[in-house]
Amino acid sequence: MIHIKEKRNNIEYSISPVSLSEVEGSSGIKKYTMNQIQNFTKGFIKENPVFILLLGLCPTLGVTTSAVNGLGMGLATTFVLVMSNLVVSVVRKAIPDKVRIPAFIVIIASFVTIVELVMQAYTPDLFEALGLFIPLIVVNCIVLGRAEAFASKNTPWSSIVDGMGMGLGFAFALTLLGGARELLGSGAIFGIKLIEADLMLVFVLAPGAFIVLGYLIALINKLNKA
Amino acid sequence: MEYFVIIIGSIFVSNIVLTQFLGICPFVGVSGKLSTSVGMGGAVLFVLTLATMVTWIIQYYVLNPLGLGFMQTIVFILIIASLVQMVEIILKKVSPALFQALGVFLPLITTNCAVLGVAILTIQKDFNLIEGVVYAIANAIGFTLALVLFAGIREHLDLMEVPKAMRGVPIALVVAGILALAFMGFTGLV
Repeated sequence: MIHIKEKRNNIEYSISPVSLSEVEGSSGIKKYTMNQIQNFTKGFIKENPVFILLLGLCPTLGVTTSAVNGLGMGLATTFVLVMSNLVVSVVRKAIPDKVRIPAFIVIIASFVTIVELVMQAYTPDLFEALGLFIPLIVVNCIVLGRAEAFASKNTPWSSIVDGMGMGLGFAFALTLLGGARELLGSGAIFGIKLIEADLMLVFVLAPGAFIVLGYLIALINKLNKA
Repeated sequence: MEYFVIIIGSIFVSNIVLTQFLGICPFVGVSGKLSTSVGMGGAVLFVLTLATMVTWIIQYYVLNPLGLGFMQTIVFILIIASLVQMVEIILKKVSPALFQALGVFLPLITTNCAVLGVAILTIQKDFNLIEGVVYAIANAIGFTLALVLFAGIREHLDLMEVPKAMRGVPIALVVAGILALAFMGFTGLV
């Protein structure tokens, strides 16, 4: 993990002198968009919440029995992440430092309740499949972590971008894991049958979640080092 | 007999960590050493039981009569967060020795999904208060059991030669998978 962080720092250092040497005036805007793009893409690979930071493992393991469930959970978390990041960053100067964590939790819990009610009304099947893990988005470390580490110190716009990047990175990881388990367990992806045979059911059951995630993280470690 | 079924069911058949995937963060994060996992288990037992009791009473005597069922998530997480704070303050005053042992783990428990998860499951399963408390205690024991077993294996794992990319968390997750496979043997017991 340390290795990756150093690498990231190198990239940042190598970018900033270039944008500083640009013609004045345009450099400010260019640097800003550059930062926003970096801000958005870091959640996918370099700081992926699941594969690199190892946050939010409970829903990651619990709901990824299929690609659709993984994607649904990822998008629900993205919504909560973006909205709570936005609100936290708007009210960040009004909240006294001592009560900030309880205040963040109330904000997050409100958006989780909204997601819960909307999903119950419009996607009842997904609501059934995800079950207990929808209210548990409240205690997903990614959401509180981003509120505390990013949104409470940055402007609303960059907080939205950060929430979007992290959330979609989470959704990407969950879909990948769900797809892999679905393929190994039942020979299908997104419910479309690719292999007509009795496969290894164990990958859809609990042990498969741990094993597939373990090998996926190892694969990403290997790719990051290469 | 009923309680016996709840106890065996929650500890072995549907173990909270290995088959329900609650409390994975401390499971992966804390369980490096045997002694710390026992400490974490103790803290979870304490908070989980207390939280389940309080949330049950609030659900049936405040939320349900007032028709505020949709507020469950917000109310429960606030109760758990304040409960953890209160336990911390009281323990510090009443029993400094116990605080020494559990203190480090208490703040971590607020974001432990096992606590909120069990509180909500107790309501979903329509348990009465005593069944709920038994369910909470059994789940905390199941959590501790998984944590201690896993810590024991990981202490040995540190001495093994593991391929570079698999070191640390990846191999730990694969081992957890094998442990979960072993727990599947209890399926159908109750």
